[in-house]
Amino acid sequence: MTTNTIHTKARSSLSERLDLIISPIFAVVLGILGIAVWIYSDLDKITTAILSPEKIQRQLGETLILGLTSSLLVILISVPVGILVTRRGYPRLKSLLVNTLGLGQALPAYGLIVIFFSFMGSGLVTVILALAAFSLLPVLRNTIVGLEQVDKSVIDAARGMGLTARQILLKIELPLAVEVILAGIRTAVVINIGFSALAFLVGGGGLGETINSGLKLDRGPAILIGAVMVAIVALVFDFLSALAQKYLKPKGL
Amino acid sequence: MNNVLIRLENVSKSYGAGSEPAVRNLTLEVMRGEVLVLVGPSGCGKSTTLRLINRLIEPTSGRMFIDEEDIIGVNPSELRRKIGYVIQQVGLFPHRTIAENIATVPLLLGWKKDKIAARVDELLELVSMDPETYRDRYPKELSGGQAQRIGVARALAADPDVLLMDEPFGAIDPITRDRLQNEFLRLQQELKKTIVFVTHDIDEAIKMGNRIAILREGSEIAQLDTPEAILSHPADEFVESFLGSGAILKGLTLKKVSDIELHQVPTLSSPVMREDALKALQESVDQVALLLDSNGKPLRWIDERALNRTSQPIEKAGRPVTVDLQPEDTLQDALTVMLQSSVGMACVTDRKGKYIGCTTIESLAKLIMSDG
Repeated sequence: MTTNTIHTKARSSLSERLDLIISPIFAVVLGILGIAVWIYSDLDKITTAILSPEKIQRQLGETLILGLTSSLLVILISVPVGILVTRRGYPRLKSLLVNTLGLGQALPAYGLIVIFFSFMGSGLVTVILALAAFSLLPVLRNTIVGLEQVDKSVIDAARGMGLTARQILLKIELPLAVEVILAGIRTAVVINIGFSALAFLVGGGGLGETINSGLKLDRGPAILIGAVMVAIVALVFDFLSALAQKYLKPKGL
Repeated sequence: MNNVLIRLENVSKSYGAGSEPAVRNLTLEVMRGEVLVLVGPSGCGKSTTLRLINRLIEPTSGRMFIDEEDIIGVNPSELRRKIGYVIQQVGLFPHRTIAENIATVPLLLGWKKDKIAARVDELLELVSMDPETYRDRYPKELSGGQAQRIGVARALAADPDVLLMDEPFGAIDPITRDRLQNEFLRLQQELKKTIVFVTHDIDEAIKMGNRIAILREGSEIAQLDTPEAILSHPADEFVESFLGSGAILKGLTLKKVSDIELHQVPTLSSPVMREDALKALQESVDQVALLLDSNGKPLRWIDERALNRTSQPIEKAGRPVTVDLQPEDTLQDALTVMLQSSVGMACVTDRKGKYIGCTTIESLAKLIMSDG
């Protein structure tokens, strides 16, 4: 019993540490690659114009706004809905939601952005809504799974001791589900930042513009540096989410 | 003061119109301070009955009272805070420390911090777990037996009059279970709670219950009586078959070694002369004598054959006494020890291990016959 506990503890902490290390390592490697390209390749006037600091700064800001706002929107929708459908009396609504949202994710993000564009026109808001629609599912699914994997006997004991339904949700179920829910949010944030590179398609800006200009004007270094920057932003947020997962997870689990 | 603490009147629970009710028209009274065991085959509705009492399951019809108060009218959460609840899977909160787990109900009731801390330590002591060591640990660091001790402590936290226990020792290995049962009986002698205890194990029911309700399908009471009465006079075939064979043997768990008349065998104290030993053996009706050490603790069974083997000192002759009984052990333990012993007897010692007599198969048989 004792050895067993120690063993699993050691193993989980190893995988947890890897979880925290991997994205920074990738980010650094990509960063070095980007800087190397910047230094060693022939940057002509057009490339320098594409990569001008003011442009990059604006695009970076737009990427952050796109990724974070859509993620926030997803959390505000998916977590409450996930909680609602796991309450007793909503089993059918639950399977309906999971299935339809699964369909939403089966659509390519590109298509989704275009569909939203055809209804809403161009702009940041269109992209934010399209991204949110695309990444609703991981958060919703993880909220549902996270709440449902809470040991039923723990809930039975809590009810039996006189905790109200609300107290059970806030003090028992959510703390015990928080790690799984955060994993879903982490997926959504990375998806949203990654796919924000498509925002330029409908005039939403973002680092995708740099990649697009590089493609159109046939400037390899610009394409690569643009792509590396999107990847690094996504990795940084992956790392921040991993940190949140580690520190928001209740002790004792 | 009324002696009935919990009363169920014509309580039924059915799930939907088509299905058989899980509990059909049950009337049951639980006396203040007793352990009432609900026992029956799986699916008989015993757990449902238990969960009706703290309204984890709402009855379809009927009335329920605790201490003359109708409990169907009150707020269920408030009702449950006044009733201890222990389940087989324990259900400790994994993200809370042992102390926080035990403090659950006192916190809900708004006790002061220092009162809660004192109560937590008191309860840990009560269930034989060192507060210093365990207070700040998490449930995953506990063994199954320890977890259930905490489960019991948590249920007792706000000192409820009533305790509901749903197969509390069902998932624990047999050796630990036996120990927990004994500790629980000791606790109950002090605490005198009113306990409704569900189990499917008739042996556990006989051991734990002041009274036993044997239930058949629909939570219908087949027989409700003391363990002794049920064992000696089963009401019908169902009860008889549920008791299984060996009702007399099961009855032995209800009696203690102290109920039996002890037999005295000749004793020898080390150091001992061979001639004295032989003389003692020849003067006694028994074929065997007991060698004691200087503190009166039984060491070896010595018979004539062992004495005749001259090559060995007497202190090494004969067979060692491996297990001895104490007066508060059950007669079932005594029987086991006697059957394993080479001489068909078992030594009884006091707390300090000093010899006080022997149990024999004949004395046990005599006791069983006199009961019959």
